[in-house]
Amino acid sequence: MSGIPHDHYEPKSGPEKWLHRRLPIVGLLYDTLMIPTPKNLNWWWIWGIVLAFCLVMQIVTGIVLVMHYTPHVDMAFASVEHIMRDVNGGFMLRYLHANGASLFFLAVYIHIFRGLFYGSYKAPREITWIVGMIIFLLMMATGFMGYVLPWGQMSFWGATVITGLFGAIPFIGESIQTWLLGGPAVDNATLNRFFSLHYLLPFVIAAMVIVHIWAFHTTGNNNPTGVDVRKGSKEEAEKDTLPFWPYFVIKDVFALAVILVVFFAIVGFMPNFLGHPDNYIEANPLATPAHIVPEWYFLPFYAILRAFTSDVWVVMFASWITGGIIDAKFFGVLAMFGAIIVMVLVPWLDTSRVRSGRFRPQFKWWFYLLIVDFVVLMWAGAMPAEPPYSTISLIGATYWFAYFLVILPLLGVIEKPTAAPASIEEDFNAHYGKPAE
Amino acid sequence: MLKKLAISAVAALTLSAGGAIAAGSEGHIHDVDFSFEGPFGKFDQMQLQRGLQVYTEVCSACHGLKFVPIRTLADEGGPALPEDQVRAYAAQMDIYDPELEDDRPRTPADHFPFSGDPNAPDLSLMAKARAGFHGPQGSGINQFFKGIGGPEYITAILTGYTGEEKESAGTTFYENTAFPGGWISMPPPLYGEDVEYADGHSSDLHHEAEDVAAFLMWTAEPKMMARQHAGFVAVLFLSVLSVLMYLTNKRLWAPIKKKAKEA
Repeated sequence: MSGIPHDHYEPKSGPEKWLHRRLPIVGLLYDTLMIPTPKNLNWWWIWGIVLAFCLVMQIVTGIVLVMHYTPHVDMAFASVEHIMRDVNGGFMLRYLHANGASLFFLAVYIHIFRGLFYGSYKAPREITWIVGMIIFLLMMATGFMGYVLPWGQMSFWGATVITGLFGAIPFIGESIQTWLLGGPAVDNATLNRFFSLHYLLPFVIAAMVIVHIWAFHTTGNNNPTGVDVRKGSKEEAEKDTLPFWPYFVIKDVFALAVILVVFFAIVGFMPNFLGHPDNYIEANPLATPAHIVPEWYFLPFYAILRAFTSDVWVVMFASWITGGIIDAKFFGVLAMFGAIIVMVLVPWLDTSRVRSGRFRPQFKWWFYLLIVDFVVLMWAGAMPAEPPYSTISLIGATYWFAYFLVILPLLGVIEKPTAAPASIEEDFNAHYGKPAE
Repeated sequence: MLKKLAISAVAALTLSAGGAIAAGSEGHIHDVDFSFEGPFGKFDQMQLQRGLQVYTEVCSACHGLKFVPIRTLADEGGPALPEDQVRAYAAQMDIYDPELEDDRPRTPADHFPFSGDPNAPDLSLMAKARAGFHGPQGSGINQFFKGIGGPEYITAILTGYTGEEKESAGTTFYENTAFPGGWISMPPPLYGEDVEYADGHSSDLHHEAEDVAAFLMWTAEPKMMARQHAGFVAVLFLSVLSVLMYLTNKRLWAPIKKKAKEA
C-alpha cells in the first residue's frame, strides 16, 4: 500500500495460501502494521495513537451509557443521576466519557498544531490533512451534541445559542434553524435527534479515520525534518525507516500510558474541573444563566464568533456593501466557520517549499505566536462579551486570519530557509550520534 | 526526551487550563478545609450525620433532595446509618402512592421529597452546581488547588448574612456577602444552636453551616470515595505500566541508537 519499498506478507502454509487467494486480509493487516515509518519521529507524533484510543474509549463507554440513559426532556437529567447513583460503576463510565471528550480535543489540537509546524499538510499529504479536518469538524459536532444530552442548563442554552447561529444566515436561516431543532425552540425533538446523531457520528468518524490512515500510509508519514524517505531501493528505504511494529507501537503505548496516568488522576480526583457547574442544574427554558459558556475546547472559535461586533469597521463595511444582508451576527458566524476553512486551505496558502518549521527561521516565531493566540482566544472566549475582552478577542481573531491568509503566503516568498539534512538517516545519526562537543 | 515530555505536559496543561469558568459580580467565598478534599480526602461519617440532622430539622422545610434515594443513607462512604434507622427516617415522610390512590409513609426505596416551597431550589446537586472559586482572571485555574468550591459556597451563603433587609417589588431581600449581587431572597436559615447534636459536637453557626455543606457534597457526589479509590488504583497500575513500557521501549531502541552512534 505504501510507496516506500518494503517486505510484503507471503503466505507460507496451505491454509494461509488458501485464505490469501480468497481474501488477502492478513496481508492487509501485515502491511498496515509493518509500514516503514521514518525513524526520527519525535514525541509530537504520539498523539495519533492517543486519538485512536479516545475514539474507542468514547464509543465503548458511550454504548454502555446509552443502556441507562433516557433521551426525553422530562427524564434525561434524572437518568444521568440514575447512572451516577444506581448503575454499577456508572459514575466512572460517565466521568470517563465526559473527560474523555476533553482528552480527545486536547489530543486533536496538539495533533493539528504538530501538523501545522512540521508542514504535514503539504504535498503530497493534502488529502490526509483535509480528511483530518473533516474528522475535526465531525468531532466538534459530536462533542456539541453530546454536551446537550445531560439536559442541564448549559446543555439547553448552549444548544439554543449554537443552533441560533444557523438562524443568522440571511433569508433561509430561520427555516434551517427550525429544521435542525425539529420545532421553534430547543425541545424534546431536538434532544432526540441530537441523541440519534451523537450515536451515529462517532462511527462516521471511525470510517474517516480509516481513510485518514489509508491516505498517509499511501504517502508515508511526514517527519520532523520534512525530508522525504529515500525510495530508490528497499535497502535505501530501510536506512531511513523502521517498521511501525514493534518500534513505534511500543513507543506510542509508552506515551499513551503516561498520558493515561494524568487522565485517570483527573477522572478519579477532579472529574468536574473541566465541566461547568451550571450543567448540574436541570435545563430550564425560563431561566437564562448569567454567562453561557461552551466547553473549553470550543472557546477559541467561540471567541472568534463574538469578536466581530457591529462597531468593527470590517463588519460595518460588509454590512454597507451588502445592503445590510450581512449583519454583525452573520459576520461572526462566517468568521467562526472561516477560521476553520482557512485551516482546511492551508496546503495551498502556505507557499514555502520547505515542509518542516525546523528549517524556517521566521516561520517559527509566527507559529509560536499562533499557539499563544490560540490560548489567549480560549481564555477570551470564557470571558463576558465586554471590554477589554472583546478587543482582545478581536486582536486574536485578526491574528488567526492574518497567519493563514497573509503571513503564510508571504513567508514562502521572503523567508530564507536554513539547510535541511540530506536524509532522515543523517538527521537520526546526528541526533543519537556522538555529542557535538 | 524527558525535556520533550515536559514540554508536552506543559502544553497539555496550558490547553486544559482553558477549562475556564466565567466570573460575574462575585460574592466573597472563604476556602474551608473540608475532610473530603484532595485525592485522599474522605467524608467524615459523623459530620454527614450531623449535616443530615441540620438538613432534616431546618433546610427540609423548604428544600427537597429529589435525586437522592433514602436507602443511600446506609451506604458505605456516606452517612452509613444503620438499616433500621434509615427505615425509621424514611417513615417520617409521606408520599403519594398512585397505586393506593393515597399517601403512605416512605420506605428506604423511595427518594427524598421534592422542594416544599416552589421557589426553593432542590439541593441534591447544589454542591456541584455552584463554583466558589473562579480565579485568577476568570480562568478557573485556582480550582486545581482549592477544589471547585461548591461546599465552600454553601458555607459562605449560610454564614454570610449581615442582618440588613430590603423590600423590592413585594419581596424581602436579605443582604449576604457571599451571594452574587449581594441580596438573596432566602431568609437566614441558621443562627447557631438551631439543632442539638447527639454527638455533643458544637452547633455554632459555622459548624452547622460546614456540616450541612459537607452533607450536601455527599448528596451531590455520593460515590466520591469509590471514585477516588478507582482513580487511585488506575493511577497506580498505569504508573507501573508506564515504567515497564519505558524500559521496554528503551531496550527495543537501544541497538538502533547504538548503530546511529557508531555511524
